[in-house]
Amino acid sequence: MSSKVITSLALAGAVATAAAATALTAGTANAAGKEKCYGVSLAGENDCAAGPGTSCAGTSKVDYQGNAWTLVPKGTCASIELPKMADGSARTGSLKALERDLPTS
Amino acid sequence: MSLETLQNDFTLALLDPERDIPSGLVGSEQITAKRRFAVYRNNVVSSLVEALKTAFPVVAKIVGEEFFEAMAGIYVRNYPPSSPIMMLYGESFPDFLSGFGPVAELAYLPDVARFEQIRREVYHAADAEALPPDFLARVPEEKLANLVFTFHPASAVATFEYPALSLWEWNMAGDNGPAPDFPRQGEDVLFYREAAGTGARRLSPGGSLFLTELAQGNSFGAAAETATAVSEFDLSDTIAALLEARLVVAIT
Amino acid sequence: MPKNADLPPRAGAGFKPAHFEDILSANLENAWFEIHAENYMGAGGPFHRILERLREDFALSVHGVGLSIGAAGPLDKDHLERLKYLCHRYQPEAFSEHLAWSSHSSGFLNDLLPLPYTEETLDTVCSHILQVQDVLGRPMLLENPSSYLSFAESTIPETEFLSEITKRTGCGLLLDVNNVYVSATNLNFDPDDYLSAFPFDEVAEIHLAGHATEEIEGEDILLIDAHDRPVSDPVWALYETVIRRTGPLPTLIEWDTDIPDWSVLRQDMDRANTVLEKAHSYRETANVA
Repeated sequence: MSSKVITSLALAGAVATAAAATALTAGTANAAGKEKCYGVSLAGENDCAAGPGTSCAGTSKVDYQGNAWTLVPKGTCASIELPKMADGSARTGSLKALERDLPTS
Repeated sequence: MSLETLQNDFTLALLDPERDIPSGLVGSEQITAKRRFAVYRNNVVSSLVEALKTAFPVVAKIVGEEFFEAMAGIYVRNYPPSSPIMMLYGESFPDFLSGFGPVAELAYLPDVARFEQIRREVYHAADAEALPPDFLARVPEEKLANLVFTFHPASAVATFEYPALSLWEWNMAGDNGPAPDFPRQGEDVLFYREAAGTGARRLSPGGSLFLTELAQGNSFGAAAETATAVSEFDLSDTIAALLEARLVVAIT
Repeated sequence: MPKNADLPPRAGAGFKPAHFEDILSANLENAWFEIHAENYMGAGGPFHRILERLREDFALSVHGVGLSIGAAGPLDKDHLERLKYLCHRYQPEAFSEHLAWSSHSSGFLNDLLPLPYTEETLDTVCSHILQVQDVLGRPMLLENPSSYLSFAESTIPETEFLSEITKRTGCGLLLDVNNVYVSATNLNFDPDDYLSAFPFDEVAEIHLAGHATEEIEGEDILLIDAHDRPVSDPVWALYETVIRRTGPLPTLIEWDTDIPDWSVLRQDMDRANTVLEKAHSYRETANVA
């Protein structure tokens, strides 16, 4: 496992730099800030209340193929402009396969 | 009619408003059985849509409430939950968005949804005791390269094709001012447990690769070498992330 | 005598994490809280930190909303194990679920769906309750539903159906007074008649909640069990009738949609406590006599 590129010395240097940076930011760690004002995940998602009566989502079937879908997004999306990729190609909407959950053991 | 047949018919009719309601349902002269059945149809769809709105608040904010509800209504009918635990429902919502024509223009939207889904998975993941913040400083220099880490179960890394964290932060900031210039590249993000829920920290390119290598049991030295192949990889910043996030629960 | 629950015979509230700080600083006496079991089935995280802290100060009721006791098919064994773990971890004073179904082989429908009251349903529900009680190692409480329609094939009145379940399984009942009022309005029966047939001896907990009114046409309405506002006056009146008959019982205020400030929820709790205190005085008078 000997490493040609990363020497122990380089690793130790990076660790020291990281530790110093961490010490600097430790005092400013934000705890509840955003979570509290927005309450994102704090609402439980299961409950036993009934929804809004007889006249909405459940009884109208919206078809999104063809011309039936007439809604347009009206949120903050209008302000979000992402430039083309650096190489000039248009971005695509597909997700890369993500290596996301770290093994736990 | 057997209970099983009734519940089969009931289920099919709940999810498809064009289908006849099951036979044997009793209404009244004033209010038909069909009108009454509509209460259940609405409860099922609107409660699931509501669960998605709680789960994906930034996606909802980006497209607006009316659009989100209509879009989520299509999703819940096609992909009803398999588990009664709503906190994780919507796992396939990001992939659904990738294929949903009316949001094709918003190519970054699936990444934002993926971000929110990982965020809630980490929120509810198992608890563990992290090593003290100075644990690395106590390891002798000559032993660093061979160190193997065990990470906190409530953590994840992701490589997003779009700047998902920047998009999320801007939308979460509340009363958004004018949109900033979002980064012209994707983002590597570390998700971790903090007191209020899930923290998200930006990593340098290759940071996600480095932490994934470590999580898979590769040594500190080997992971650093692999990640250094990525230009712009910042080793000390990624180590700082690992320390700040209290990511490590054991070393060997 | 009430059975199967050791909650204090006072007002409690459906717990919302948004109220956590207010609750801790509210100086509540003998209050108790109810959680929806499924919201605490994550492996870890802030929900468990909050619940552990809440549990230090208050009695707890675990209220399942996803077990689907009325499903024709078998109960979800994994879900039962999760419930068992949750009850083991937090040792609640009561565990309750609904007379309803919500799961089907094609998925979970996230609503409390109605059942025809037949011998077949009775057998299914009873065998599921016995299974739950066996796994949890404790008797449970079963809640009466709110209904929007009925079934032509039903042969057993709801009160009799519930009564028979308690006899066959030893479970207790959770009487939701708002559900009685909602069902009575929607299905056009007299709630007082319903209550006079209700097996009060088996009731160990009461639920109160607000409902929404949906106008269908002209004066025709359906009441919706929305849990989105204060308890209505006719429901308070029914509640007083019940408490006069049963004596003080643990009484939960449920508020799940458009959740208000803690102080608003507290007003309904105070009102329930006033009714409960009056019941104490009836009791004392009766004992003296």
